[in-house]
Amino acid sequence: MRKLLVYLKDYKKETVLAPLFKLLEASFELFVPLVMAAIIDVGIAEGNKSYIVRMGLVLVGLALVGLVCSITAQFFAAKAAVGFATGLRHALFSHIQSLSFSEMDKVGVSTLITRMTSDINQTQSGVNLVLRLFLRSPFIVVGAMVMAFTVDVKAALIFVVTIPLLSLVVFGIMWITMPMYKKVQANLDKVLLITRENLTGVRVIRAFHKEKDETIRFRESNEELTELQKFVGRISGLMNPVTYVIVNGAVIVLIYTGAIRVEMGVLTQGAVVALVNYMSQILVELVKLANLIINVTKAIACGNRIQSVFEMKSSLEIGQEKSTQRESAQKELVQEKSAQKEIRQKESVQIPDEYAVRFQHVCLTYQGADEEALTDIDFAVKKGQTIGIIGGTGSGKSSLVHLIPRFYDATGGNVWINGRNVKDYPLQELRKKVGMVPQKAVLFQGSIEENLRWGNKDASVEELWEALRISQAEEFVRKLPEGLGHRVEQGGKNLSGGQRQRLTIARALVRKPEILILDDSASALDFATDARLRAAIRSIAYNPTVFIVSQRTSSVRHADCILVMDDGNLAGMGTHEELLASCPVYQEIYESQFKKEEK
Amino acid sequence: MAKRMDSRQKETLKKVLRYLKPYRLFLVLSLVLAAVTVAGTLTVPLLTGQAVDLIVEKGKVDFAGIFRILVQMGIVIGITAAAQWIMNLCNNKMTYHIVRDIRNEAFSKMQILPLKYMDGHAHGDIVSRIIADVDQFADGLLMGFTQLFTGVITILGTLLFMLSVNAGITCVVVLITPISFFVAGFIARRTYKMFRLQSQTRGEQTALVEEMIGNQKVVQAFSQEEEAMKKFDDINERLQKYSIQAIFFSSITNPATRFVNSLVYAGVGITGAFAAIYGLLSVGQLSCFLSYANQYTKPFNEISGVITELQNAIACAGRVFDLIEEKAQIPDDGDAEELTDVKGKVSMEHVYFSYEPDKKLIEDFNLEVKPGQRIAIVGPTGCGKTTMINLLMRFYDADSGKIRIDDKDIYKVTRKSLRSSFGMVLQETWIKSGTVLENISMGKPDASREEVIEAAKATHAHSFIKRLPQGYDTVLSEDGESLSQGQKQLLCITRVMLSRPSMLILDEATSSIDTRTELKIQRAFDRLMEGRTSFIVAHRLSTIREADVILVMKDGKVIEQGNHETLMRQNGFYTRLYNSQFAE
Repeated sequence: MRKLLVYLKDYKKETVLAPLFKLLEASFELFVPLVMAAIIDVGIAEGNKSYIVRMGLVLVGLALVGLVCSITAQFFAAKAAVGFATGLRHALFSHIQSLSFSEMDKVGVSTLITRMTSDINQTQSGVNLVLRLFLRSPFIVVGAMVMAFTVDVKAALIFVVTIPLLSLVVFGIMWITMPMYKKVQANLDKVLLITRENLTGVRVIRAFHKEKDETIRFRESNEELTELQKFVGRISGLMNPVTYVIVNGAVIVLIYTGAIRVEMGVLTQGAVVALVNYMSQILVELVKLANLIINVTKAIACGNRIQSVFEMKSSLEIGQEKSTQRESAQKELVQEKSAQKEIRQKESVQIPDEYAVRFQHVCLTYQGADEEALTDIDFAVKKGQTIGIIGGTGSGKSSLVHLIPRFYDATGGNVWINGRNVKDYPLQELRKKVGMVPQKAVLFQGSIEENLRWGNKDASVEELWEALRISQAEEFVRKLPEGLGHRVEQGGKNLSGGQRQRLTIARALVRKPEILILDDSASALDFATDARLRAAIRSIAYNPTVFIVSQRTSSVRHADCILVMDDGNLAGMGTHEELLASCPVYQEIYESQFKKEEK
Repeated sequence: MAKRMDSRQKETLKKVLRYLKPYRLFLVLSLVLAAVTVAGTLTVPLLTGQAVDLIVEKGKVDFAGIFRILVQMGIVIGITAAAQWIMNLCNNKMTYHIVRDIRNEAFSKMQILPLKYMDGHAHGDIVSRIIADVDQFADGLLMGFTQLFTGVITILGTLLFMLSVNAGITCVVVLITPISFFVAGFIARRTYKMFRLQSQTRGEQTALVEEMIGNQKVVQAFSQEEEAMKKFDDINERLQKYSIQAIFFSSITNPATRFVNSLVYAGVGITGAFAAIYGLLSVGQLSCFLSYANQYTKPFNEISGVITELQNAIACAGRVFDLIEEKAQIPDDGDAEELTDVKGKVSMEHVYFSYEPDKKLIEDFNLEVKPGQRIAIVGPTGCGKTTMINLLMRFYDADSGKIRIDDKDIYKVTRKSLRSSFGMVLQETWIKSGTVLENISMGKPDASREEVIEAAKATHAHSFIKRLPQGYDTVLSEDGESLSQGQKQLLCITRVMLSRPSMLILDEATSSIDTRTELKIQRAFDRLMEGRTSFIVAHRLSTIREADVILVMKDGKVIEQGNHETLMRQNGFYTRLYNSQFAE
């Protein structure tokens, strides 16, 4: 949490001024009982009316100054807290964007969204509260005691005993109950889990007529929660009565001591009233302080969660630094010491390497996973070739293509594009070469045109339509009343699955990529459209290298080369006919899909 | 403010009182104790004042009198504290028990609601009704209720006490106090607009964050990070502006009301002092007045907040009650038969069904299934293939027509016996939190461990279960997160295998399972179907071609019916579907 406080640095002035004004207000508040004592001891005792009016005006004046100070303080606090949250949000969003796929997988999107939204809001109100109250409450407590000392040292000793005693009770109860509230929360989560489970599994539960059992399970867990809540309630319910007894007990002692001191001629009647007033001020502030501490603890917990996101570093950056050393060690495949200019020259002048993509003994183990997702993958693809990748779920098809635009770094071996290790490319440049169509057809809020321009900001309208034509989306886009201007709702809800998929393909095509990757992205298309799409891609003039990932043999059978993946291994490589003759895994897949027909 | 309560709120409030009924003793006790607490809190300053009056100056201190008063004070404090604690306990008990009761009732209701309700409402929404709304209700209503009550008593009590001491000064207090109420209300109205703007902008930002972070892989693949940042910052700046205003204006309320309180304090001080000079008031009474002035204004400041909270709580309660009062499914007939020894003959005659009255789906549907036959349901995605499952399992009731099993009307047998004669495996696998063993034995709770293992062996699930950390006793988290989709499917099949139903409803997985596992599942399915009437939502060519009857569905309707050969000969929708999906 502490590290997050740097986001307050632009608001240094406000951060200092807010508590300062709050303290000013508090000090004025502390004068009130003294003024009242003066009214009693001087005004009433001497029957001095003008003095009373003067003092009354002083009270109003104190209140007015207090009001001004307080509002000023609130303003600075609001400005600082909101500014803090705004800066933090910006920094966190930008940091999350820099995270690589590995980290995203590890943390999970929903967690990050919570960090971005409710956690930051919580810290914002935490900062706001701290700026306003954290100094004020202890100040009044201590201040009231100090004031009591100025009135009468001996009577003030009662304060010295009472305040620690009160603190002990207030914070002691909090100290006991706070961990218990966590337990309550855990129990509530359990009740919630059962409820949710019963909704998602309603068909199964009814099919097995488990309604009664589930109700019993729910009741048990609900009862457990209730008992725990009652128990915690009993303890925290002690707070008010006990503090009440302590403060008023202190008042009794105070009055008695006061009586003795007055009899001794050391104290006046008004002073006794003032002392009693200070005592009640302390009680009010201590309760406020306890509430404040609860809120601040929550805010700190949120802050720490945010901090832990900041501490996550993109694993890719590290890879980039290391790569230069690794490169010099592995000379067999390195044609050049990667000066960018050189590369571009080579690209434009001649083919630097006949292979567009080359995997060299590549292994991949995801962070936190025990087993390898890819094991010793070794193949090379010539420019302009179409490669099919087939295999079951979890066989490593997507993992394999994700290594090409360096969404992940291989944990063993190397990936080369145009004869250059992917780790030696600036990330932007590398990704510009690759047109990726992800499995999930994701579109963003905005017009179709805006979505397509993700591929290439400067594409002409003709180029957009060309991409739509290839992706078989031209027809339906033309039919839309606003055409390219048609608005896509969040998540593309107003388009069908097939339409979304075709648009995501068009988006990748707009960038005219050297390498086009279709990651199982035709699954929502019917066979005829799928076939037309593949034919159109084959006819693209600049002849990109194409990877088609699919579960359907029909989608890959015409590829120049098919990679058969099985449990992270390359189980076979070759054309449809070759594989059918030699690769048992491929035969199995093929037969499961075409078994009956072949007979 | 109370007038603003509309009839719906009143209605809800009445229902709340119904839940309070079993605890009415506690309620009465709590109210009495609240009155005692208030009386005590008000007496203490009075006694303090009296004591102060006995300490005039040197030589004029009445120790015996002070001692007597202090003892009284001690007793009052003791009683007040005790009353307060017991009141807390009562409120605690009432609150948590009512919450428990409502939750239990809501959950029980959930078990008998027609599936239509569950399908028609977002699950998150139902969960939040049972969990969050009930919590809000408890916090708001009962706390608010007692606060309101003690608040009102405090105001009345203080007024009485003050009047009994001095009427003139009381007037000062009564006249100035409402200002704070007015000021608070004024600020609240002003800030409402800011808060709305703030929450709107916040919503906008959350939507953007969800979109961009949720799809970060795409954002990164297209190097759109900077664009996203720009959009984000734009919203962020607006949010900053609105937030500062909202927070600032709302935080003025406290200082403003505090200021009014200070005015009251000063007013009491001046008038009190004047009265004291004329001997109308003692110094002790003045100090007592001063502390009353503080106590009197406090509930005023709180009450407006309490009322909003109360209204909020009632709204929450209303949402829970909506769920509880939702119409339940029609209970089984009193004389409903048990369906036993099912042979597996199924017939549907003139069945009409639709989810919404104005959108006709199934019209005059007829089907005759002999024991042991296989019925494949095919059609493009989203064509309503699950409708058949819904009707057979009585998740939904047909609008008209007869569905018979072994010549018995399924609406005249118990749901329990009907459902247990079917074994159902859905594509959306459902794993309950608990051990593997518990999950499998759902359909047959009294099954021995050996039986479970035997069933698992029959479905080829045994080998992977064995490899789990604790084998059959491995605890699975909600939705079986630690298992692969295929493994979950195998578990669900084993569940059905163990319960040995007479008929089957199977939902074949589309594509998300790897080939090896798929073969296992296929074999498990085949094993299950032996000799059983089976309804299969089919995606696999072999399943479809081997079926005795194929139901072709489109847009929720059954448009063709027959076996593969006859349907192919018809050269209709099925033929087109078949050609597009399976041939090249």
